[in-house]
Amino acid sequence: MNLGLKLAYKNLIGAGLKTWLNSFALSFAFVLILFYNGMIDGWNNEARRDAIEWDYGYGHLRNENYDPLDFFSIQDGHGVLPAKYSENLTPVLVWQGNIYPQGRSMNILLKGIDPNQTIIKIPTDLFKNTDAEYPAVIGAKMAENANLKVGDMVQLRWRDQNGTFDAVQITIVGVFNTNVPFVDAGQLWMPYDLLNKMVGLENNATYYIANDKYEPKDVEGWTFVSQETLLKPVTDLINAKKYGASVMYLLLLAIGLLVIFDTLALSIFRRQREIGTHIALGLTQKQVIRMFTIEGIMYSIFGIVLGAVYGTPLFIYLAKKGLSFPVSGDSMGIILAPTIYSVYSVELIIKTILLLIISAAIVSRLAARRIAKMNPVEALKGKAL
Amino acid sequence: MEQKIISIENLVKRFPMGEKEFTALKGINLSFDKGEFAGFVGPSGSGKTTILNILGTLDKPTEGTVNVLEKDVEKLTKKESALMRKQNIGFIFQSFNLLPVYTVYENVELALLLLNKTATERKQAVMEALEWVGLTELKDKRPPQLSGGESQRVAIARAIVKKPSIVLADEPTANLDAANAHVIMKTMVKLNEQLQTTFIFATHDEKVMTYLKRIIKLADGKVLEDKIINQQTEKQ
Repeated sequence: MNLGLKLAYKNLIGAGLKTWLNSFALSFAFVLILFYNGMIDGWNNEARRDAIEWDYGYGHLRNENYDPLDFFSIQDGHGVLPAKYSENLTPVLVWQGNIYPQGRSMNILLKGIDPNQTIIKIPTDLFKNTDAEYPAVIGAKMAENANLKVGDMVQLRWRDQNGTFDAVQITIVGVFNTNVPFVDAGQLWMPYDLLNKMVGLENNATYYIANDKYEPKDVEGWTFVSQETLLKPVTDLINAKKYGASVMYLLLLAIGLLVIFDTLALSIFRRQREIGTHIALGLTQKQVIRMFTIEGIMYSIFGIVLGAVYGTPLFIYLAKKGLSFPVSGDSMGIILAPTIYSVYSVELIIKTILLLIISAAIVSRLAARRIAKMNPVEALKGKAL
Repeated sequence: MEQKIISIENLVKRFPMGEKEFTALKGINLSFDKGEFAGFVGPSGSGKTTILNILGTLDKPTEGTVNVLEKDVEKLTKKESALMRKQNIGFIFQSFNLLPVYTVYENVELALLLLNKTATERKQAVMEALEWVGLTELKDKRPPQLSGGESQRVAIARAIVKKPSIVLADEPTANLDAANAHVIMKTMVKLNEQLQTTFIFATHDEKVMTYLKRIIKLADGKVLEDKIINQQTEKQ
């Protein structure tokens, strides 16, 4: 192997510009794979972090009648959790309602949350520092859609637990910026006790948000959904996009590998005398095949080195400054920060390097296997193929 | 007593040609002693190169027995053949067959790299071989920068650097002018005398023949004449 490496290295360095052009094609695939996966991983990291910080906390303890995907479950999906189980949990009551900004009717979800909570980033402390009788906070997208701003009053109409309509003027006491559409779009956050009172309930919650100290217990009528389970749809969605778009960089990789295959196949044809000479000097055909295979692998190693040279500054920039997207994630219903900061983990880098080297080795071996069929005497004359 | 290093008995070599077969060698019987400076001469198609390829373990006989350094060529595996070439046989080709991306030094060194010699051993042997052929000054040049004569001297240095028992030279002067051909042949005569290496040529060049100490004339795959030149005695 040592000899094969030496010979392959000498051949590649001796081939000069051709080697670097081939390596450049592979380096481009290397950089693009890392770039794309780095962006996806960065997106995934941010999306998970945002979802945890804005909604999921360390898991939800849900009323068993509540299904967040079933609008009709809201009416009955609430209950009172015995006090002994409510340690390290923040209650959230979900209810339906309508607001009438500028005379328009908007269906909304009312969410009552404890003003003293610190688990998620909804600015609930604003409820404590206001004189408004019916304070509410909303997300920036909701504010934009409803044309509302801090200090605005808007009529809220809802039906209480008995089905009786009621209405009040609520005051927007805060507008928060978040990348998580499912705490923003069509939602209005109010103090937990106030919402309970408005709908004629007491200490009722639809779900509880757990903090990091919460230890799940079996509670009748309630189901604990872990943080990982809550995050799964987010991760699945991002992974689906990752696999879908991997077609693009796999195509690029295929082009790079085709360049290696083509170069080696042509090289074997052109270098028949050289192959014959190596055999005459005492190499077996297997050793010559190994030498050509190593040459192919070294193209990928040179490509990786070349890619690292021009890719590293780009990756550092993307990790520190991020990449901004003109399209908001809200419009697509996904968690997408306006700026994504790439994440290049050691695992990602090693996997990408291995992908390139192994695929280059396979392709090179395929190209070099013709050597096994060469007659050395004909090869010396350059007429073996 | 002379040490026999090659013996050929009833050597027949046939090549497929479409549906028929072409017989290149028709029952050759020969032997070579250590330190011989011999050559196969004859017209194209007489079987010179074929016999050299078999002696060099690059090809195998169809019939008959060829023993090189007490090894039956027919029975050698690919690995054993490669080992035989690597350790004991040097080749010199008509078209030099130097590796264009290597320097003169590296081309010569290659034969030793295959033998896993240490860097110090390699350097000493390569410089010695280049000195024998008078090319120490050109050690950093690459083959495209060399003349034909210089290239063939590099090929000679590569063939003898490992001090093989046998050097097989196939038309070594065919691509050289007369002056260079003489330089090359004188170099090989000198090496034959100094190293006691057996040189076997395949040639139809008159200039080469004047240096040979044994001439084996081939025609149509048969030995027509086997003559020891210095002693003026015919063996066959």
